[in-house]
Amino acid sequence: MSEEADKTPPAPLGLLAELTHRCPLRCPYCSNPIALESREGELDAATWGRVFVEAAALGVMHIHLSGGEPVSRRDLPDIVAHCAEAGLYSNLITSGLGLTQALVERLADRGLDHVQLSIQDAEPDSADRIAGYRGAHARKLEAAQWIVATGMPLTINAVIHRANVSRATKIVALAVELGARRVEIAHAQYYGWALANRAALMPARAEADAAWAAVEEMRIALEGAIVIDHVAPDYHARTPKPCMGGWGRKTLNVSPSGKVLPCHAAETIPGLEFWSVKDHSLADIWRRAPAFNAFRGTEWMAEPCRSCDRRTIDFGGCRCQALALLGDARATDPVCSLSPHHDVVGRVANRDSVSDAAYRYRAAPRSFEKA
Amino acid sequence: MSAGEDIPASARPHLPRGVKLKRDEARGGFALLAPERIVRADPVAAAVLERCDGQRTLAEIVDDLCVTYRGERGRIEADVRRLLADLAAKKMVRL
Ligand code: SF4
Ligand code: SF4
Repeated sequence: MSEEADKTPPAPLGLLAELTHRCPLRCPYCSNPIALESREGELDAATWGRVFVEAAALGVMHIHLSGGEPVSRRDLPDIVAHCAEAGLYSNLITSGLGLTQALVERLADRGLDHVQLSIQDAEPDSADRIAGYRGAHARKLEAAQWIVATGMPLTINAVIHRANVSRATKIVALAVELGARRVEIAHAQYYGWALANRAALMPARAEADAAWAAVEEMRIALEGAIVIDHVAPDYHARTPKPCMGGWGRKTLNVSPSGKVLPCHAAETIPGLEFWSVKDHSLADIWRRAPAFNAFRGTEWMAEPCRSCDRRTIDFGGCRCQALALLGDARATDPVCSLSPHHDVVGRVANRDSVSDAAYRYRAAPRSFEKA
Repeated sequence: MSAGEDIPASARPHLPRGVKLKRDEARGGFALLAPERIVRADPVAAAVLERCDGQRTLAEIVDDLCVTYRGERGRIEADVRRLLADLAAKKMVRL
């Protein structure tokens, strides 16, 4: 007991609220788990309100309202209002499907601070093919206009993979045209559905490198006009990204039914025990839940991380990635060039980049209501 | 030219919708909240940003800070200009 109680983790800054796993789209790189939670088990708005109050008291500043598609929830305006009442900065992460102009205005009135709208490509037919939904792209462009008209900041977010890697700069240009304040160009990260679809998503290394360089050039050219956030294709990197700023250090993730995870992919790791907001306070979960303490700090590490001077910078990289690629969540992230298994990453990337696999779509939506 | 020298003294800087200055109860001090950004605001930055209400001009903000902090005007003005130019480039302040 005493050892556990002694560990006082730093206060978290962000909470990702997965309001539902329902979604009308079927993006092949969705970060949702392969086993989706059902609508019946979703937390109600009042419970989310209680969770937000507890989050604010813990030190959380940003709430990311996510899914699935959070607009699938009819009580979304109430959930947004609960964020504002708790003094939290709210960010809606949406595909735009299900939004209407009236709903966008209502969300702005209830205190929504920021909207992050995903697009799949700059080219409509390709975008619709990726999303698995005809006409989706046009509806997103319409939603972007409604959002900008309210004065709320708009972020355009796009996941980059083989089908759109040649148009990464066009996506940035489209974001500028739409009046976005920020654009996020994120090379695919292979967890959840993206891992299942890795062979269909992996771009050729040369293409990924070219897209990266071209977007970096735009960052300089567009300074002051738009903020560009760029997430690297890490199968082609030599140092791993810090897992969520360190396991159990900055963020928490609450699933639709209230399970609290250190990261959205943490459930893939066997043997972790997750606690629910139905049974514990958020503060208790943050400090004491076994899943949060499993990889907190540097104690759990083996070599080469254990004696590496980057261990408090990247925390050994991504646990879920170590698991996905090596079958061992405790291993050094093989993206790291110091990992004895680093060659695995390049081999997988090369093999997958020339595969002709088709997309494996997530299950057809079960109970999505038309807005 | 140092950063922000070209901002007119008549500019009325303000935080656009979606950018908020907030007291950070858990860690102390202030934080500037924006889309996917949490920037710690030191006491000087917080004092400047609290005055960026879209009503006061840059010149008035500097005057006010000179009175409150009894500093040398040239230095204070240069600090304010540098801060505003930096935050404007990040789209966290509108001039
Ligand atoms: S281990 Fe990886 S997938 Fe898991 S939280 Fe960290 S970055 Fe995310
Ligand atoms: S050995 Fe571990 S700590 Fe060092 S850089 Fe690689 S992943 Fe990071």
